[in-house]
Amino acid sequence: MSGVPVDPVYGDGPMPGEYPYTRGIYPDMYRSRLWTMRMFAGFGTAVDTNGRFKDILRNGGTGLSTAFDMPTLMGRDSDDAVWSAGEVGRAGVAVDTLADMEDLFADIDLSAVSTSMTINGPAIVALAQYIAVGDKTGVDRARLSGTIQNDILKEYQAQKEYIFPPRPSMRIVTDMMRFTTAEMPRWHPVSISGYHIREAGSTAAQELGFTLANGFAYVEAARAAGLDVDNFASRLSFFFNSHSDFFEEIGKFRAARRIWATWMKERYGATRERSLLCRFHTQTAGVSLTAQQPEINIARVAIQALAGVLGGTQSLHTDAFDEALALPTEKAARIALRSQQIVAHETGVASVADPLGGSAYVEWMTDEMERRAVEILDHLLELGDGSILEGVYEGIDNGWFVGGIADSAYRFEREVNEGTRTIVGVNAFTDSNDGDDRDANLLRIEQDTEDLQLKRLAAVKQARDGEAVRRALEAVGHAADDPSTNLMPPVIDAVNAYATEGEICDTLAGVFGRYVEQAIV
Amino acid sequence: MAESPEAAGAGREAPIRVVLAKLGLDGHDRGLKVVARMLRDAGMEVIYLGLRQTTESVIAAVEQEDADVIGLSMHNAGHLALAPRILQALADSGLDVPVVIGGIVPEADVATLKELGISAVLHPGASAVEVAEAIRRSVA
Amino acid sequence: MIAARDLLDRARSGDRRALGRLLTLTERGDAGAHGLDGLVHPHARGDATVIGVTGAPGTGKSTLVGHLVKEIADAGGQPAVLAVDPSSPLSGGAILGDRIRMDGVAEGRAFIRSMATRGHAGGLALAVPGALRLFEACGFGPLVVETVGVGQVEVDVTRTADTTVVMLAPGMGDAVQANKSGLLEVADVLVVNKADRPGADDVRRDLEHMLDLGHITGATQHWRPEIIMTTATTGEGMDQVHQAIQSHRAHLTSTGGLEARRQARIHQEVQDRIAQHLDAAAESLLSTQPPELRDALEGSQTPAAAAAKISKRLLSNQP
Repeated sequence: MSGVPVDPVYGDGPMPGEYPYTRGIYPDMYRSRLWTMRMFAGFGTAVDTNGRFKDILRNGGTGLSTAFDMPTLMGRDSDDAVWSAGEVGRAGVAVDTLADMEDLFADIDLSAVSTSMTINGPAIVALAQYIAVGDKTGVDRARLSGTIQNDILKEYQAQKEYIFPPRPSMRIVTDMMRFTTAEMPRWHPVSISGYHIREAGSTAAQELGFTLANGFAYVEAARAAGLDVDNFASRLSFFFNSHSDFFEEIGKFRAARRIWATWMKERYGATRERSLLCRFHTQTAGVSLTAQQPEINIARVAIQALAGVLGGTQSLHTDAFDEALALPTEKAARIALRSQQIVAHETGVASVADPLGGSAYVEWMTDEMERRAVEILDHLLELGDGSILEGVYEGIDNGWFVGGIADSAYRFEREVNEGTRTIVGVNAFTDSNDGDDRDANLLRIEQDTEDLQLKRLAAVKQARDGEAVRRALEAVGHAADDPSTNLMPPVIDAVNAYATEGEICDTLAGVFGRYVEQAIV
Repeated sequence: MAESPEAAGAGREAPIRVVLAKLGLDGHDRGLKVVARMLRDAGMEVIYLGLRQTTESVIAAVEQEDADVIGLSMHNAGHLALAPRILQALADSGLDVPVVIGGIVPEADVATLKELGISAVLHPGASAVEVAEAIRRSVA
Repeated sequence: MIAARDLLDRARSGDRRALGRLLTLTERGDAGAHGLDGLVHPHARGDATVIGVTGAPGTGKSTLVGHLVKEIADAGGQPAVLAVDPSSPLSGGAILGDRIRMDGVAEGRAFIRSMATRGHAGGLALAVPGALRLFEACGFGPLVVETVGVGQVEVDVTRTADTTVVMLAPGMGDAVQANKSGLLEVADVLVVNKADRPGADDVRRDLEHMLDLGHITGATQHWRPEIIMTTATTGEGMDQVHQAIQSHRAHLTSTGGLEARRQARIHQEVQDRIAQHLDAAAESLLSTQPPELRDALEGSQTPAAAAAKISKRLLSNQP
């Protein structure tokens, strides 16, 4: 601010952009290009969200990030009387058929945007729908750019949005990896997400260890499916949480890059530099937001955002301060975006790559996070008899992940209860006036959305060729039965016949079964 | 000598039996699990149903397990739709079992829920003592 | 006092809530006080098949029981399940989570009751047969008792079964450990679950070996427990488990073993109940601070000598 000239980087030893990339994946990091400030959009019907998308594009944005509603995330149609009533369009956009996906991206040139879709269990259907929209609007599959979360492993460990059991689910993921590797070079088929593991209550080290383990599991699965590690590894990306323990978070991000690079090179034989880079998106910790004195969440989010940036994130989502209560209001979402703009443009932290590198404490913390994560990886290797993938399956099956997360969550809660851990506004510095204004200006989604979507779905079902749907679903079932067939093409055919997401998932569940978790409390 | 061994055993207070569940599709079970442990540590027997239960499966569990109280976790702002549903289902089955809700519930809705017949509403951050107390009061 | 007769009538005509209540009375040890035992007796002559399922944690018992129950229902049976889990020794509370996976497979086709061990073995040993009789009196059968095969208490519970299925899985307590913990002694059918995992064949080989050496003492009356490989998550091998249970039962019937087991169970229950009577009597006598207890407390008499004298009085019924 006072105009002191600074170098792009300080220190010695491996620099940012050099193996093992502890200090960052690019030499000059944010000096040449800031992180992407990505915010989530998705609510109501596809038409509603399409309006929001167009606003984002008009304002110079190029990335669209889609949040789906719970029924869509769980492979249930909006007209599913048991599961969907009351949930349609509530926490994101409802997408039942290709018609909804067409509405969602109406008048948007898919070759000119990058789309992120946060969906896992039924990800194959969503990707098929997106491809179909591209096909219909004349955009070559090779030009479709974006990311689908599709990280099914962490669903069994933390987020619980699974449909099928782990092994058939992994077959779907590998089919998608094979398909995108062959036809969609600009598409990221899996975003390996520690975010939800942390939100479920894990420690930072567990988030790191479990997430990297899942990453290696996908690598092993893809290799087993015949893919060359250097052909797909560069299109794997990560998604981490940024919580409030500032230096621990920074150490976690730095350790993630180091472990990923080292293991990819030494254990999985990756040779291209791009295969070694741990690129990640970061979101501030939703679970850290308090319903008490909600405005102070603004400070929490800002500090967590700063940790993400000092940790070298490639993109960042900042939470809105009122999210502990309900979906964010527009004002709160704007404050959240402004907070990262302050970090980017006012604090000067973007001028130097890895400004904390070389700090004795930060380097120690990085080593410590690495040590703890590798301990987890070693345990899984042992469980899986030398295979991380098998170890992850086993850890899911015997409740090791879920139990470990539950233990950490309970420990945290007890510390807050007993007062050995301070949460401002909750167990210290409380405000007796708190609570009176909690409800002011909360966003509520109207019931109209559900009715509209039900009509829309009924109309699509009315207009489609029932026999074609039946045949297409039958083909999906046959492909599911035969592990040597890639599921992607028949699912694309099915969405083109306007089969619903629920119908396709039910067909797959008919072959694969539905996963029921065991009670690990 | 005691008239029967059972009578001697009956003097010990039997643990409160709680059915814990989450209705609907939402998969956030962190709070539910923490509450399960809190109640176990308070000496209660928790019949843990976990995620994605229907009113039918909760009612079946309450009947078969002879539960004293139902604890439901809600996170997705679905409480105003789900609470009347479970209360109606309980009434239809002739069950007089108190329901305690935990989760993110806006203050204005708490009164509505209580009017509907919900025994207690627990917010995130409720202590182990508060949680156990709310359950005990609801069955008292 | 709760009208046990009324509850039983309702339970027998299909009121699940009433059966739930009666199970609670039985579990609390209140059944005798309410005269329930006598009311149930005419309707529960011990004809219902009882299947015990036990094994180390994580072997997949609940999923197997879910499939088993489904097979039973498909075959026209009315399955009921008693799922026993340990209480916390510290708080006395418990987390009972077996319903989730069981019901996930069985889809509401069984009456499932979760039961915590509640700290004292004697109570559980009496509550389980009491609950099974209630199920039978209400028209349920075959019945399944699931326990975690970790402690003697839980293993003992399987003795209430006609046929006991012991589950193992690679990595989840191997055959040698299972043998040491006494699990194999009670096995009539052996299931190696997670058959798709590396190591499953080793478990099978170890079991075969132990059977050959006669280590599995449950293999009486010329019965060699069948070893069945399953993958509970996909349901693979479940029909074989069901068949093996049936052929074990056929074997018991033809050899008179069924009747022998039944008599042994009644014998055991009578003995358990005597023990409980004596326990209660001892407790009430000690609460009067008899002189022998005071002497032992002061150290002028050994605890053993005090106990011998008190027992003598107790058994001659002169408190």
